[in-house]
Amino acid sequence: MSLSDFFQQIINGLSLGAFYALIALGYTMVYGVLRFINFAHGDVFMIGAYCGYYITDRVQAVFGGKLMWASALVVLLFAMAVCAILGVVIERLAYRPLRNRPKLAVLITAIGVSLFLEYGGQFFFGAIPRAFPELIPDLPVGGLGTLVITTNQVLVFGVTVALLVALNYIVKHTKMGLAMRAVSQNATAAQLMGVNIDTVISFTFALGSALAGAAGILFAVSYPSINPLMGILPGIKAFVAAVLGGIGHLPGAAVGGIILGIVETFVGASDYSTYRDAIAFAVLILILLFKPAGIFGKATVEKV
Amino acid sequence: MPMKTRLLLIAVIVASGLLSSFTASMNSYYVQILTFIGINIILGVSLNLINGHTGQFSLGHAGFMAVGGYSAAFLTTTYGPSFLAALGGSSWWSEALLFSGALVVGGIGAAIAGLVVGIPSLRLRGDYLAIITLGFGEIIRVLIQNTDAVGGPRGLTGIPGYTNLFWTFAIAAITIYSISSLVDSTYGRGFLTVRDDEIAASSMGINTTRYKVVAFVIGAFFAGVAGGLYAHSTRYLTPEGFTFQKTVEIVIIVILGGMGNNAGVTVAAILLTVLLEALRSVSDFTWLPQFVRDLTKNRMILFSLVLIALMLLRPQGLFGGFRKPKRT
Repeated sequence: MSLSDFFQQIINGLSLGAFYALIALGYTMVYGVLRFINFAHGDVFMIGAYCGYYITDRVQAVFGGKLMWASALVVLLFAMAVCAILGVVIERLAYRPLRNRPKLAVLITAIGVSLFLEYGGQFFFGAIPRAFPELIPDLPVGGLGTLVITTNQVLVFGVTVALLVALNYIVKHTKMGLAMRAVSQNATAAQLMGVNIDTVISFTFALGSALAGAAGILFAVSYPSINPLMGILPGIKAFVAAVLGGIGHLPGAAVGGIILGIVETFVGASDYSTYRDAIAFAVLILILLFKPAGIFGKATVEKV
Repeated sequence: MPMKTRLLLIAVIVASGLLSSFTASMNSYYVQILTFIGINIILGVSLNLINGHTGQFSLGHAGFMAVGGYSAAFLTTTYGPSFLAALGGSSWWSEALLFSGALVVGGIGAAIAGLVVGIPSLRLRGDYLAIITLGFGEIIRVLIQNTDAVGGPRGLTGIPGYTNLFWTFAIAAITIYSISSLVDSTYGRGFLTVRDDEIAASSMGINTTRYKVVAFVIGAFFAGVAGGLYAHSTRYLTPEGFTFQKTVEIVIIVILGGMGNNAGVTVAAILLTVLLEALRSVSDFTWLPQFVRDLTKNRMILFSLVLIALMLLRPQGLFGGFRKPKRT
């Protein structure tokens, strides 16, 4: 592998990692406040992509086919809004009634919701893959020698960074973010201090699902064939990314996503490319064996 | 195990033997359904040991079934003919020897797979197990698809049709017997303590990881045996037969029957198998609106709604509640 190939793979890996990071953040935030894995998260990502599929043409018609960046932004915000609402509705209908039940019950419900979104999606959207419309003409914007960077990669990376900055601001500098952090440290104590847990949890779901929706649009832009089961594999891989970074740790999820994206891209470019999808599980098993708390996570002692 | 239960067990096995001698005069469609009922009972009860009694959540049962089914079928198709020839041609006892050997090998193969998957993931909380086993199921499928010796994506054909109602129900009875008596034994109480309170169990000196791994390996073993039965019943295996949908089907059987309730799971296995067959004919009822008929064709939507509704309304399962007090 030449040096320019190497850097090309790094660039591809970064943009793949950006999706994983965005989805992983949703897993990690929900895990932080509720201590459970939201299995349906990967399917919210799929719904985001379908929002884009159904609305792009209309938005572009409103803009008269000009101002592509502006219409892309509208599509992105629309998908994020729909997914945020969907996340809140899922939490309200399926998870909240089970808040004080055994964890297994919530886990099973989450799997149920995930299956419902996948196969309900197949029922309503059709099982055949759809071609995602072009949001922005995909042109090489420049590069060094043989190194190529395309507009889509710029879009993916730019949007991801912008969302991460916004998320960081919300979590660190707003009252709601403070409440989120309080709930994830100790839900009971937070409640006693006057934090409305239900609101915080709804907000967390909205935030995480909006990120997943954005990831759905970005993913569909880069791999423009979408189907109702497209969320399963990225969902699982993003979960691995969250565990890799230390589940419940926000910067950890982003870093884990980027690492996983780069590792996967390099495996995909190597002779073992058929094992590309299996690598995430190998990574997961290795972390669980050697550093179950993840890169940034601290090993915690369970209190009785 | 009291004498009465033991007699019952023997009676069931003898009855299945008698029943199978009438197989020839029965409609082969019904024989097929009865066989699937037996296989689903084995799968449900074995998953119940992991999910119900031990309180871990495995989503890889179809994967273990695939490992068992493929190993057993590979044995009987590749080495079967020479094995039978060495025993002086095929007779009922040489075939029985071959088939039971193949089933056991399939079960052991699945158990080894269970050990490999279980050891890293069972040291941690149940959520991880669910994800890892889900991934494992997919990996197994990919591996089988890439293995030419078992036909790859084309599937494995020419499997001898050794499975009959006797084998199916005798093994189903043995599965129910082994798992019930295992859980009821002194040793087996450990599974229940791991489920009920892992921290308390480990502070009482119970090696919780070991119990989880044991439950996992035994559950995988029986799933592998069920896979072997399935292979020799359909006589044709494809990787597509062991998708996540199959796992969900087994999980639903366990949850419908009530986690940790072997009798309930057995009834649920019968119920679900029959209902799913009945559902096939619903899609032919032309008087129903097209929407409803399409919906019944898509069983996964129904499965998902059943899962959510059960967890919200009856987490102890349809038949749970009278065996154990409701847990809080």
